Amino acid sequence: MRIVAEHLSYTYNPNTPFAAAALKDVSLCIEEGEFFGIIGHTGSGKSTFIQHLNGLIRLPSSMKKYRERKPKRGEQLLPRPTLRVGSYDLSEKTTDFRALRKSVGMVFQYPEHQLFGETVKEDVAFGLKNFAEKGKELSKEVETSAVREAIEAVGLNYGEVAEKSPFDLSGGQKRRVAIAGVIVSRPEILVLDEPAAGLDPLGKKEIMELLHRLHKTWCKTVIIVSHDMDEIAENCTMSALFAEGTVKYCLSPRELFQKAEELFALGLDIPLVAKLCRALDERGIHIDCDYTAADFVKKILALKRGEGRA
Amino acid sequence: MYALEFKDVSFSYGEGGFRIPKLNFTVKEGEFVAILGHNGSGKSTLARLANGILAPDRGTVSVFGAPVDEKHLYEVRRQVGVVFQNPDNQTVASIVEDDVAFGAENVGTPREEIGRRIDFALSAVGMQAHRLSAVSRLSGGQKQRVAIAGVLALKPRIMILDESTAMLDPRGRREIMEVAKRLNQEEGMTIVVITHFPEEALLADRALVMNRGELVMQGAPKEIFTRHEELITYNLELPRIGRIEKSLHEGGMPVKSTLNIEELVNEIAGELTCGS
Repeated sequence: MRIVAEHLSYTYNPNTPFAAAALKDVSLCIEEGEFFGIIGHTGSGKSTFIQHLNGLIRLPSSMKKYRERKPKRGEQLLPRPTLRVGSYDLSEKTTDFRALRKSVGMVFQYPEHQLFGETVKEDVAFGLKNFAEKGKELSKEVETSAVREAIEAVGLNYGEVAEKSPFDLSGGQKRRVAIAGVIVSRPEILVLDEPAAGLDPLGKKEIMELLHRLHKTWCKTVIIVSHDMDEIAENCTMSALFAEGTVKYCLSPRELFQKAEELFALGLDIPLVAKLCRALDERGIHIDCDYTAADFVKKILALKRGEGRA
Repeated sequence: MYALEFKDVSFSYGEGGFRIPKLNFTVKEGEFVAILGHNGSGKSTLARLANGILAPDRGTVSVFGAPVDEKHLYEVRRQVGVVFQNPDNQTVASIVEDDVAFGAENVGTPREEIGRRIDFALSAVGMQAHRLSAVSRLSGGQKQRVAIAGVLALKPRIMILDESTAMLDPRGRREIMEVAKRLNQEEGMTIVVITHFPEEALLADRALVMNRGELVMQGAPKEIFTRHEELITYNLELPRIGRIEKSLHEGGMPVKSTLNIEELVNEIAGELTCGS
């Protein structure tokens, strides 16, 4: 499923003194199969954008404002906002939002805060039951096997954790359970808001490895929001940079992080490898790499052996 | 006299729970110490023992020579301020100045004095302009700075930051570490930073590594991060730059471990030019 957003705008608390424009005419396309990274400061509109993707924030249903009409003198008509996720048109009232939400799994920040089940397996099964259509409830066996698969897909041992309270698990395990509770409904697109936040370095590494595994097997598209530029450089195939409610760039990390000056001007950082490349450049050593640590080390060692030298 | 002293401290969360077998360490007045350790290594338990939220089973914890016991508890809490992880769990009032005043009011500070303390605390964390703002409308980094101000209003001599930057974005994290560094340098405050971020530990004078309730390494942060093999056995990661240095090393380029971008680039440039 391809995501195509055009002219999205959103204002929190409209028509009040606290009105805050979170998105301003955002257009963005996310192809199927990407491991997509979204970056930007707190308040840049990232979270507001991803909440549109499964209809948590609806597009304005009354389209009066956008209807084709002659503009009054000096008036600029807003372009009509549209959002398509696969075959779902989110600007249509008649869209089946339940089916959409099943296809677009959303893992919020600190998803472990949302665990509530008495046992891990009940917690994970909730999503499944929630999406079951009326009269088409799943049999106990189908449910149990789906729950087992989801728990094992996130790298937990079903036999060990299934009957435990999710609150007795470690922080990293809780987060995995929360992710299992989302992927259990087999979404095609998995959206995660800062999946690695608050974990220790090892936990971070494990979560990113898990997401790559899911990307290969369970979910066609993975979208992560991250503040960590190294995480984006190391993991993503494409990235979008949000600033002040607009998309400034939508590029591969390799292209994005060449724009160091532009990123610094926005108060954002660049990955460590990009910093090293810049500093080496100043000394006349040009390294053409994709800003992952592995590629950087490979290129440096190749230079050392005298390969690829002019 | 040490600012903080753990002497033969043992503690356990009950039968079969996490335990600290025996812990000995000291922090000097004016020191900036980082405590590292993976999840569940006992870092936060240590912070809780330091200001009497938890009491040791055996041994003594002393703060400026006074043992942390029932008799000295209030005195100790006034000296040791702790800032926790989640900014949203640490605010009690809806307006910034009320929130900052809460702790000081609680210990019976006179009214005029409280006003002065709020001024001092908010300017120390750079939040004077938000004195009358609603706490709920602040960013995570700003909320966390308000939490620090609330601790500062009690005029503690030691401040413990227990993963206080874990939930913040890079900007918020920088703000907090700058405040900690400034309080340490300008006010001479003793700072203990408990963190997962190797980059934050590098700011400290000294780093301690915890594993399974025991203190397993201590020394200058840079020196600690050169002991790769040991860190890995304690489930700790090197800072990113250290990992790159290590891979270069393993690939046959013997760069020195510097953990510094400029120095590493010099090393690489040196290696590449001397080979040709």
